[in-house]
Amino acid sequence: MTSSAMQQLYQQIILDHAKSAHGAVPELPTLDAGSVSAAGLRQAQSHQVNTTCGDEVTVRVGLTGAGTDAEIDEFAWRGAGCSISMASASVLNDTVRGTSVAESEAMLNLFREMLRSRGTIEPDEEVLGDAAAFAGVSKYPARVKCAMLPWVAFEAALLQLR
Amino acid sequence: MLRIRNDFPVLHQLVNGHPLNYLDSGATSQNPISVMEAEQEYYEQRNAAVHRGAHTLAFAATEVFEAARATVATFVGAPENSIVWTSNATEGVNLVSYSFSNASLGLGAPASARFRLGAGDEIVVTEMEHHSNLIPWQQLALRTGATLRFIPVLDDGTLDLAAAAQIVNPRTRLLAVTHASNVVGTINPIAELVQLAHAVDALVFLDACQSVPHLAIDLTALDVDFAVFSGHKMLGPTGIGVLYGKAELLADMPPFLTGGSMITTVDMQTAEFLAPPQRFEAGTQRISQALALASAVDYLDHTGMGRIRAREAELGRRLVEGVTSIPGVRLLGPGVGVERIGLAAVDVAGVHAHDVGQFLDEAGIAVRVGHHCAQPLHRRLGVTASTRASTYLYTTDDEVDQFLAVLAEVAPFFGVSR
Repeated sequence: MTSSAMQQLYQQIILDHAKSAHGAVPELPTLDAGSVSAAGLRQAQSHQVNTTCGDEVTVRVGLTGAGTDAEIDEFAWRGAGCSISMASASVLNDTVRGTSVAESEAMLNLFREMLRSRGTIEPDEEVLGDAAAFAGVSKYPARVKCAMLPWVAFEAALLQLR
Repeated sequence: MLRIRNDFPVLHQLVNGHPLNYLDSGATSQNPISVMEAEQEYYEQRNAAVHRGAHTLAFAATEVFEAARATVATFVGAPENSIVWTSNATEGVNLVSYSFSNASLGLGAPASARFRLGAGDEIVVTEMEHHSNLIPWQQLALRTGATLRFIPVLDDGTLDLAAAAQIVNPRTRLLAVTHASNVVGTINPIAELVQLAHAVDALVFLDACQSVPHLAIDLTALDVDFAVFSGHKMLGPTGIGVLYGKAELLADMPPFLTGGSMITTVDMQTAEFLAPPQRFEAGTQRISQALALASAVDYLDHTGMGRIRAREAELGRRLVEGVTSIPGVRLLGPGVGVERIGLAAVDVAGVHAHDVGQFLDEAGIAVRVGHHCAQPLHRRLGVTASTRASTYLYTTDDEVDQFLAVLAEVAPFFGVSR
């Protein structure tokens, strides 16, 4: 049966990321507010659950510096869920690790805009990289939450460090 | 079969270019035309408030509303005054749990003291309960100081009856158990559990949501003290559920929801309440839904519950034999040869249930994915989520076969090597 619609949704890039996810760690113990890592990074993490399917993702970030110029020098996540949410967490790792808060927030906005577009936005692969592969998800409103889950956790973690 | 299929207009549509293959009746069933017509006829001919007003229409509405109660009562082998309308089965569980809390606060007639719970009392549930038959009891335990205990599930998805005999003890006040599991399809040995509970004077609360629509049930013969089931899982509309309670128990219970239509005399400080079932039916009732549910019962009766049970056992067997022959697909619950209701939940190794569901949906197949409101049971069986196909009297062999064929394509598509 394997229709082209299925292949558009589950692009090979997504299936590959889901199978060998980048940045995933087995454990992420809870962090106290205001935690600072051994290397002096200001840390925060957020746990998000998709209540419709039970998927969950925890994202931890560690920043060097302050304000929107601060750099994301630590990024780790753990989670359990469908291939869309797991691949999205892996792509998030590749997208934001080592960027500034301002750059990562710009990417987050582009990603969200694309996913909410119901298939009307043609993504710029130059800018979005592997994240552009999620354009097909925007045609499946029930799955947008899956793709957004790690990014929402990332956003919530950054917010704690504002 | 064709006659039955033609009674359900919703089944005749294309989904993603394929004929809809509706295998989610365990979540909600479809309505035959006669049920929808019953609801429409009520609004066209008789719509009025029941149990109040002296005009002709109000009298006619009350008559059909109470006739609906009698129809449903007969269907489950219960006297009319033991049937309480609720919004859904969940509300029925909450009604009993809050009534017991109110009794524990000292409310109600002196006879309601028999429902008081406190420290040292135990409520027993099972590890396979739907959240609806778990959380209201957790909350009741928290409100009253009682302890919540549970009967574990064995690896094959059946209850550990040896453990049950230890867990149910003289401190047990209530045993809440599902008749048939919405995940593993197991039909629990209710007679045995009732005997265990009654031997220590504990009450039995039965979740019959997955049994009343599929098996012929006689609640009086089963001797459970309470039971709940929901209209929308048995060809009826949403917004209506049924609580059954033995009349002598309901008579001693304080109300849960209070207000209009459930009182006799009211002054500014106090009120006296009507006898059951009206005591538990505060406010304007779900009249059209009650009539429509009675119409659904007529449809089931006309088809024959014995026939439905046999047909679903056949569909269940077809499902179980089919899924267990697909490499990498694990069936949750008892395997071939054990009677089950017509559903099967599976885990596809290496593919998340949500992805399985998406793949099936693309072929027009509607299944339930996730934890099916039974997180503890999934945890017990070592999975976070599963994919469930559930049938009903309108399901064809071809639909089960199409589901099996597409399910077999899932692992190859997602690149899971075997």
